[in-house]
Amino acid sequence: MSYYFGLAMRSLRRNRMLTALMVLTLALGIGASMTTLTVLRLLSGDPLPGKSAQLYYAQIDPYSKDEPFSRSGKMPWLMSYTDAMNLLDAHKAPRQAAIAQSQIKLIPPDARRRPFFSDGVMTTADFFTMFDVDFQYGSGWSAQDDRNAAPVVVISDYLNEQFFGGGNSVGRSLRLGDKDFRIIGVLKPWAPQPHFYALHLGGSDYGRGAAVFLPLRAARTAGMEPRNTFFYAPGDRQVLETAPVIWLGFWAELPDSSAAAAYRQFLADYVQQQIALGRFQQSHVKLSNLMTWLSDQQVVPDKVRMQTGLAFSFLAICIVNTVGLLLAKCLRRSGEIGVRRAMGASRSAIFAQFMMEAVLLGLAGGVLGFVFTEFGLWCIRQQPAEYASLVHLDGRMFAVTFGMSLAASLFAGVLPAWRACKVAPAPQLKAA
Amino acid sequence: MSLHPILAALRKHKAGVVLIALQIALTLAIVCNAVFIIYSRVEKVNRPTGIDESNLLLITQQWVGAPSMDTPAGVQQLDSMLRQDLDTLRRMPDVMSVSSITSLPLLNSSWVGGVSLTPGAQTPGKNDIHTAMYFGDDQMVGTLGLQMVEGRNFNASEITNKGMRDQTEPSIVIVTQDLAKRLFPHGSAVGKVVYFDGGNAPSTIIGVVKRMQTPAVGWGDNFTWYSTLMPTRINATFSRYIVRTRPGQLDAVAHHVATALYNSNPLRVIDDDDGIKRFSDIRADAYRADIGMAVLMGVVCLILLAVTAAGIVGLTSFWVGQRHRQIGVRRALGARKIDILHYFQLENLMIAGAGALIGIALAVGLNRLLMSKFEMDSMPVYYVLVGLAVVMLLGQVAVFVPARRASNVPPVVATRSV
Repeated sequence: MSYYFGLAMRSLRRNRMLTALMVLTLALGIGASMTTLTVLRLLSGDPLPGKSAQLYYAQIDPYSKDEPFSRSGKMPWLMSYTDAMNLLDAHKAPRQAAIAQSQIKLIPPDARRRPFFSDGVMTTADFFTMFDVDFQYGSGWSAQDDRNAAPVVVISDYLNEQFFGGGNSVGRSLRLGDKDFRIIGVLKPWAPQPHFYALHLGGSDYGRGAAVFLPLRAARTAGMEPRNTFFYAPGDRQVLETAPVIWLGFWAELPDSSAAAAYRQFLADYVQQQIALGRFQQSHVKLSNLMTWLSDQQVVPDKVRMQTGLAFSFLAICIVNTVGLLLAKCLRRSGEIGVRRAMGASRSAIFAQFMMEAVLLGLAGGVLGFVFTEFGLWCIRQQPAEYASLVHLDGRMFAVTFGMSLAASLFAGVLPAWRACKVAPAPQLKAA
Repeated sequence: MSLHPILAALRKHKAGVVLIALQIALTLAIVCNAVFIIYSRVEKVNRPTGIDESNLLLITQQWVGAPSMDTPAGVQQLDSMLRQDLDTLRRMPDVMSVSSITSLPLLNSSWVGGVSLTPGAQTPGKNDIHTAMYFGDDQMVGTLGLQMVEGRNFNASEITNKGMRDQTEPSIVIVTQDLAKRLFPHGSAVGKVVYFDGGNAPSTIIGVVKRMQTPAVGWGDNFTWYSTLMPTRINATFSRYIVRTRPGQLDAVAHHVATALYNSNPLRVIDDDDGIKRFSDIRADAYRADIGMAVLMGVVCLILLAVTAAGIVGLTSFWVGQRHRQIGVRRALGARKIDILHYFQLENLMIAGAGALIGIALAVGLNRLLMSKFEMDSMPVYYVLVGLAVVMLLGQVAVFVPARRASNVPPVVATRSV
């Protein structure tokens, strides 16, 4: 083995330019594919591993047949307040939550600092248990608080850090907009990527997440407005609770597929009932699992998928290039191979020798590819996209970089090594 | 020169030939499509918005403890605060003109509605035309540097104000030339009546501006040039102002404007990052992703071409080395240097040609695939043809160095070691 290593090193050193060229192309291909793959993995990952399979997003359609939400048959993304409350009150799932996002004016306790705006989630009591949100201090609010529009607030870890120096701020008062809220809970760092619960609710899909979480009714009483509203019919637009407008996302936790099927049936029955009442015209409903919901909504930008495709085609060309160069090189060494074969080296020994060369190329390509990947990720972090700052190479992707580089070089090495071990010794010796 | 010996020789190097051809095919397919993507991005980024983009500053601010925008008294109070701000801004040194405004081209914060020729049309109705609405005062056209092509601008007495959720439509509007043509394909739009958002109140078009893009970025491509200007100050818990400064004074005004506004009324929030924006920043933000994509594609294309060229140089060099003796024999038998050079050039031309033919098919296939998966147009044929020329040329350039070395092989080689 060490003999092959020595032979390979010598052979690689003999053609320095060529070796450098092969390592460089391999590394460029690896760097490009790993950079885009890291971004793709970040964007298409499971935001709540272990829990996502039980979370479902419900959609119903209050639009009229003549003026549908979309002409291509897409369901409306959000729900009206009336429908969301009806579904909540039916208690057909162990946990359910209606969610909207608002831009909320935060008044720092330190009066010298200026107020600023941040994303706030307006939701109902089950939000925290349903989405596995852990508390550092205190807890969420109760269904009773929801009904009473209790002026309570749960704050994020980073807001607690910023406003209260990271101490236990439960029980303190926080001014949001023009009203005072009592802090009842402080979260541990919680920011599933993407913010699956906030799709179509306005605000960012990636990043550190909402700063404050408020009971829906209390937030509305305090005059907070959802960021996204879609009016589905003409009519009075002043009060969002009664106006023909959709602005809430609706989630249900369902333990298994039979519960999901039952819930889907419940939704269909509910819509039929609304049609009978004359509120609805369209009977279709949709209940999507979290991951299906994310892929249906194309959370991963086209741009990223296109770049990944480009990077992998690039890697393919780099591999083809390496195969060509290795092949030419090994054919040129036919004489040497002939001598070794005549001296008693077996075909598998020749094969192993050439594969060793490929392995060395792969390792060198991996090291340089890792450097290129880090550089590529650094470039991505300078981009304005919301997810940019989250892009980092973790241990697993680091291993994948080397794995991929080795796999690529071995793949590239097989054909040349095969051709090399097929070389017949006699004609080569004669020619030499 | 007969092709036969070349073909015969190539048959001995099937693997190498296939690899070069494959590499050229893939390179052609990817480079064509990448250049096409770059071109479509650049074309989009370079189009003018229709406003005079230099020396423009947009200020966005929110009131603290603002009165309700849904009561008449609240709206009047908000309006007086807004007018006070306009006054403050107009008094600032180096400020040429100021208007309240709801959005700007490329700002990606828009007020989109439907416009139709009949009253009471349901929105969004089937035959509705979408338009982006800009609400501002009589200074809006001048501040933005819009070019009036027909009719007239609003005058100060025609400016009204309303709460943000108030659905009354203004009695007069200015539209862009594209929207005017779409609404009234025959004859002038000035003096004609239109209805907004399915309302019953008529709005008369009093003027037409040459061009003004909508705020939409990355969507709304079906109404990019359909903008409408409304003579209305919108009163809400936030307000926006567009400021045109004297040439060269943009930075100075941007630096002082927040202080001036806070001094006149401290009960407000002006965001540190987004509160005060130069139009050049708005444009850069809107197109940064497009430019980033174009640069990335460009870099990948260049590297790809370099890799392919290096591959051809490498493989041909080996062939030259391998055929050293044969070249010597040919030279000894009377072949001129130029014949040897041509031999390798022609060989490369054949390999690259075969690869390019496959590449054309791949390029078109890739374009079809991209069209089905992403929003992309069909690639014009000349991209493929130019790409074809480029890879053939690349092949010839790459092969020249090893081919010249081959042509320099002396005939005496033939006599050695045979």
